[in-house]
Amino acid sequence: MSETSQTSPRTWVIRILFIAMALILIARLFMLQLVEDKYKVMANDQAIFRKVVYPARGVILDRKGKTLLINNTTFDLAFIPNKVKNLDTTLFCEVMGTDKATFLKTMKKLIVRNGYQRQSIYESSLNGEKNARLQENLYMFEGFELIERNTRTYPLGIGAHIFGYLNEVSPKMLESERFASYRQGDYVGQSGLESKYEEVLRGQRGVEYMVRDVLNRPRDSYKSGTMDTPAIAGKTLELYLDAELQAYGEKLMSGKIGSAIAIDPKTGGILAMVSGPTYDPNMLSGANFGKNFNELSKNYTRPLFNRAILAQYPPGSTFKPLTALIGLDVGVITPAFGYPCGGGYYACGRRIGCTHSGGGHAANLRLAMANSCNSYFCHVFRLTVDAQKWAGGVHEGVQRWHDYLSSFGLGHPLGIDIPGENRGNVPDSNYFDRIYNSHWNSCNMVVVGMGQGEIDMTPLQMANAMCLIANRGYYYIPHFVKSVAGNSKDPVLGKYLEKHEVTHISDTAFGAVIAGMEDVVNKGTGRVAILPGVEVCGKTGTVENYAAIDGQRVKLDNHSVFVCFAPKNDPKIAIAVIVQNSGYGATWAGPIASLMMEKYLNDTIKAPARLALQDKMYKANTVKSYIRTIDSLQRQKDLMRELLRTADKRTQDSVKKQRDTILVKRILRDYYKLNVR
Amino acid sequence: MSIARKPITARIDWPVIFLYLALVTIGISAVYSVEYISFDEPFFDMSKSHMKQLMWLAISLVTGLIIILTDSKFFSSVAYLSYLVGILLLLATFAVGSEVKGSHSFIKFGSFSFQPGELCKIFTALALARFLSAPETNFKTLKDRLIASAIVLVPCLIIIKQNETGLALVYFAFFLAMYREGLPNAILAIGFSTAGIVLATLLVERLPLFIIITVIPILAFWLLWKQIKRNKLIIIIIAGAWLIAVLFSQVLVPYVFKHVFQGYQTERIYSMLGQDVPQEYQKPGTVVKKDADYNVRQSKIAIGSGGLVGKGFMHGTQTKYSFVPEQNTDFVFCGVGEQFGFVGSSFLVLLYVTLLLRIVFIAERQRSLFSRVYAYCVGAILFFHFAINLSMTMGLAPVIGITLPMLSYGGTSLLSFSILLFIMLRLDADRHMLIR
Repeated sequence: MSETSQTSPRTWVIRILFIAMALILIARLFMLQLVEDKYKVMANDQAIFRKVVYPARGVILDRKGKTLLINNTTFDLAFIPNKVKNLDTTLFCEVMGTDKATFLKTMKKLIVRNGYQRQSIYESSLNGEKNARLQENLYMFEGFELIERNTRTYPLGIGAHIFGYLNEVSPKMLESERFASYRQGDYVGQSGLESKYEEVLRGQRGVEYMVRDVLNRPRDSYKSGTMDTPAIAGKTLELYLDAELQAYGEKLMSGKIGSAIAIDPKTGGILAMVSGPTYDPNMLSGANFGKNFNELSKNYTRPLFNRAILAQYPPGSTFKPLTALIGLDVGVITPAFGYPCGGGYYACGRRIGCTHSGGGHAANLRLAMANSCNSYFCHVFRLTVDAQKWAGGVHEGVQRWHDYLSSFGLGHPLGIDIPGENRGNVPDSNYFDRIYNSHWNSCNMVVVGMGQGEIDMTPLQMANAMCLIANRGYYYIPHFVKSVAGNSKDPVLGKYLEKHEVTHISDTAFGAVIAGMEDVVNKGTGRVAILPGVEVCGKTGTVENYAAIDGQRVKLDNHSVFVCFAPKNDPKIAIAVIVQNSGYGATWAGPIASLMMEKYLNDTIKAPARLALQDKMYKANTVKSYIRTIDSLQRQKDLMRELLRTADKRTQDSVKKQRDTILVKRILRDYYKLNVR
Repeated sequence: MSIARKPITARIDWPVIFLYLALVTIGISAVYSVEYISFDEPFFDMSKSHMKQLMWLAISLVTGLIIILTDSKFFSSVAYLSYLVGILLLLATFAVGSEVKGSHSFIKFGSFSFQPGELCKIFTALALARFLSAPETNFKTLKDRLIASAIVLVPCLIIIKQNETGLALVYFAFFLAMYREGLPNAILAIGFSTAGIVLATLLVERLPLFIIITVIPILAFWLLWKQIKRNKLIIIIIAGAWLIAVLFSQVLVPYVFKHVFQGYQTERIYSMLGQDVPQEYQKPGTVVKKDADYNVRQSKIAIGSGGLVGKGFMHGTQTKYSFVPEQNTDFVFCGVGEQFGFVGSSFLVLLYVTLLLRIVFIAERQRSLFSRVYAYCVGAILFFHFAINLSMTMGLAPVIGITLPMLSYGGTSLLSFSILLFIMLRLDADRHMLIR
C-alpha cells in the first residue's frame, strides 16, 4: 500500500528496457530486410526455378513434301554437382537401375569433365519406364532435374550423311562465338544439315519462371508468367532431295565403297547424295548414341565418312570432256581435230597406253570421246598448255588451264550447305615449280589431260562439272535446301540463288563435247546407260590408284567412275557415281548411275534386262579385303600423330601453367602486398 | 470512489483488449496465408490450421468472459492452491505424460493434450503476487527474497527436468517483476550483462566487441559524474565490471571454444544462432552438419527477402512453400516478415511494445500490491517471449523453442496467454480495491 502511490524509478528502468529491446529488434530488421541483399538472392535461388523450354526443332521435308524426319520428346537427367545435397544413393541407384560403383564412376567422370558449377547430363534419352519412375521420385534427389529434349526419328531411315546428327554441345564448341548462347547440356546439330542450319532449325528457346517448394517441386508460375518468354518453334526446311531416289541410290550402293550424287542442273538442287557404305540415321538418335557412334567410327569401311564431299579421287576419263572444252575454247583444236593414235602416246618419251589402237578411233573429237582415247586427250592437254598464244609459255599455259578448272568449281570447296567439304586438287604452275624445281614442261604432267596424276576431284565436283556441261556454261552451287519455312528467297539461301557463269566458252564448244558424250552412251564405252526415248550423255572413267603399304607403292583395283546427264537438250538430272576399287567405269558406276537416272526420269524400272541389272547391283559386294588392312594402317598412323600432338600439347600446357602461376603470385605480391610462396 | 460504481464494461481496459485482438488476428492471417495457395480454397475448412486457431480463440474469449465475471478476490484466494495444483500437474507428467519431440511435458486427455508448464506460469504469477503482497512479507529481507525465488525456481527446475529448456527459461522473467518490488539493481544488471556479453561474444568479432565494451564504461563515467564525486567506490565497480567483461569476452570465451569444447559442440552453439563457426574456432576433422542451423538460415532468408514492404499478402515464396520449418508455431514471424516487409514487421514490434507499456501503466495504477505484482509478472512473461522469439527468428538468440504470444499457432499457448491477460484485466477493473 505504501509503495503504490509513489512511482518507483524502477518502473522507468523496465519501460526503457522494453523500448530498447524493440529498437534492437527494429534495427535488426532494418539490417536483414533493407541493408543486406543476400537474403533476397538466396530466396530467389531457393524458390524460383528457371525452366528452359525447348522449342520443337524444325522438320525437314523432301521435294514432294514427304517427311524425312520427325521430332520425339525424351527426357535427360541432368544435375549440378554442387547443388546435389543429401542424396539417397541407394534409392537413386534403385530408381536408375544401376549399382553404387557405376554411379560413383559416372559422377566422378562428369565432375572431372564439367566441373562442380555447371550442369552435366547424368543420363540422356531416358526410356519410358525409367522416366516415369524418376518423375515420381525426383523431389527426393536435390540438385537433379529432368530436361525435356527433342530427338529425331527418321521414318525412312535414309540420308544419314545429309541430315547429320544431334548431340550435346561440346566444351570446345561452347568457346566459339557461334555457340556462345548455349549452355552445357544443350543439344546441337553436329554435322550435315542439322549443323549448317542449326540457327534456323533450333527456333528460339523460351524461359518459364516457376516457384518451387521445399521439396524442389515446381508449384506455380512466378508472377503469373509475366516474366516468361515463350519458345518459338524452329523453321521447316524443304529440300530438293527426292526421297525415293535417295533410298534407291542407297540400296544400289550397299556393299560398295564410293558415292553417288544426282543434281538438278537447272537449280543446283541435290536430288540424291549417297555415300557408301551408309548407316541408318536412327542409330545416332536416342539412347544408344554412344554405343552406335563408337561402333560406326571403328568400322573399317568408315561409314561416318561422307565420301560424296570428303573423299577425293583422280577423275580419270570423266575428266576428258573438260580437257576438250578447254582445248576448244583456247582454240588449239576444233571438233574435227583428229589424232593418229596407234594404241599409245609416245611423244613424251614413255608409253601412255590406250585401250584402242588404230581404225581411226580418234579421227575427231566425237570419236575420241566415244572411244575414250588416252592419246588424244594427252595431246590436247599438251597443245592447250603449250599454245603459241601464251606469252609466258607453258608456265602461263598451266596457270590458264588451272583458272579454267577453277571457274568450273574445281580445286576449292564448292560451298554446299553441309559442313566439311573437301577442296579437291588442281595443280597450278607454282606447284610444279616447287616439285620440279622450276625445270619442267608439259610432258611432266601430261596424264592430267586424261584425269590421272596430280588432279583430284570430290564426287560432288564431278557431278557439278556435269551440271556445267549440261547447262552449257553455268551452274548453281549444289545445295539441298529449296526453301526455309516456305520461303525460297530466305537470306540464308542467298548464295545458292546466284548463277555461276563460265561466260566465254562458246556454245559450239559445248555442242561438240556434248555430242561426244552422247556418242559415249550410244556407241562408245558407256552403252550400259542407254535409256530408250531419252538422250543420255555420259562419260565412263576407270581410275588407276595406289596405296602406300609398308613404304611401297601398291597398285590397287581401279575405281569405277561414271558421270552423265539427261535429257541432252533439256537437262533434268546430272549424276556422278564412283565405286572404289571395283573395276571398269561401265561395269559398276555406269549401271548405278543409269538406273538412278531411269528411276528419276521414268519413276520405275520395267524392262527385264534392267531389272536383272538392278538385281545384280543390289547383290554385289565390291568391298575388297585389303581395305581392312589399309584402314588399320591408316588408323595406326593417325594414332601416332595424335599421340605426338597431345604429348606436345601437354608440354606446352605445363609450361603455360607454370608461367601463369608465377604471374599470379607476382600480382598478389605486388598489388596486395601478400606474402605468397 | 466513483470508479467502483461504474459497470464492469466501463472499468475494463479496452486498449489491452484491442491490442490482444489485433495480434491474434495477425497470427491467424499469417497461418492462413502460409497454408493457402489461393483464395479459391474454402475458408471454413476445419482441417486447416487457421480454423483450429479460430476455434481456440473462441474458447479463449469464453474463458476470458468467465474470468471477467469472477470476483477479483477469487484469484488471490486460490493463488497458493493453484500453485500447488500446478506443481502436482508438472510432477504428474513424469508419471502419465506423453512424449512429444523428445520432451516429456504434455498430458493427454483423449485427443486433447496440454502442457502443464504453460498453465503453471499463471499459477506461479499468482503465487508470487500473493506472497509479495502478504502483510507479513518483507521483501527487503534475504529470507523472503529466497522464498520468492524458490516459488519461481521450483517449477522451473521441474520443467528443465522435462527437457523443455525454453519454457523453463521463461520463469526467469519473474525476476523482472521482483526487481520492480525491490530486488537489488546489481542482480538484474549482472543477469542482463552476462547474457548480453555471452551473446555478443558469439555474434560480434573480438575487436569491435572490445571497443563497445570500453565505450560503455566511459559513457557511464560521464553520466554518473556527480555520484562518482560523492562516492569513489563507483569507479572501482565500473572498472571491475569492465575488467570482468573484457576478460570474459577476450580470454575466457575464446579459451573455452578453442580448448574445452569439442568441434561439434562449437558447431551446435553457433548453428543455434544461424551463424558459421569463425575460422579461429574451427577444428580439423569436424563434419559441418548443415541442417543444424537450417531453421535459422531459412528464417533469415524468408524475413530478409521481404524487403521494405514485403511480397504482399499470400505472395510469400519461402513460407508458402514450407521452406521454414515450424513456420506456424515458433517461426510464425517469418510469414509476417516476408509478406509485409520492414514496414509490417516494425509495425508488429510496435504493437507489442505498446501492449507491454500499457501493461506497465496498468500495473502502476493498482491500489493493491497483489494486482501490481501480478501485472508485472504478465508484462515480464510477454516481454521474455516477444524478445527471445523475435531474436531467435532473426538469428540474435539461440533457437530455444519459445512461442510468439498471441501469434503462434497452438491452443495451449493462446489460451494461457489469454488467461494471463484477462486475469490482469479483471484485477485492473477493481484497481481501487485492496486485494490480498
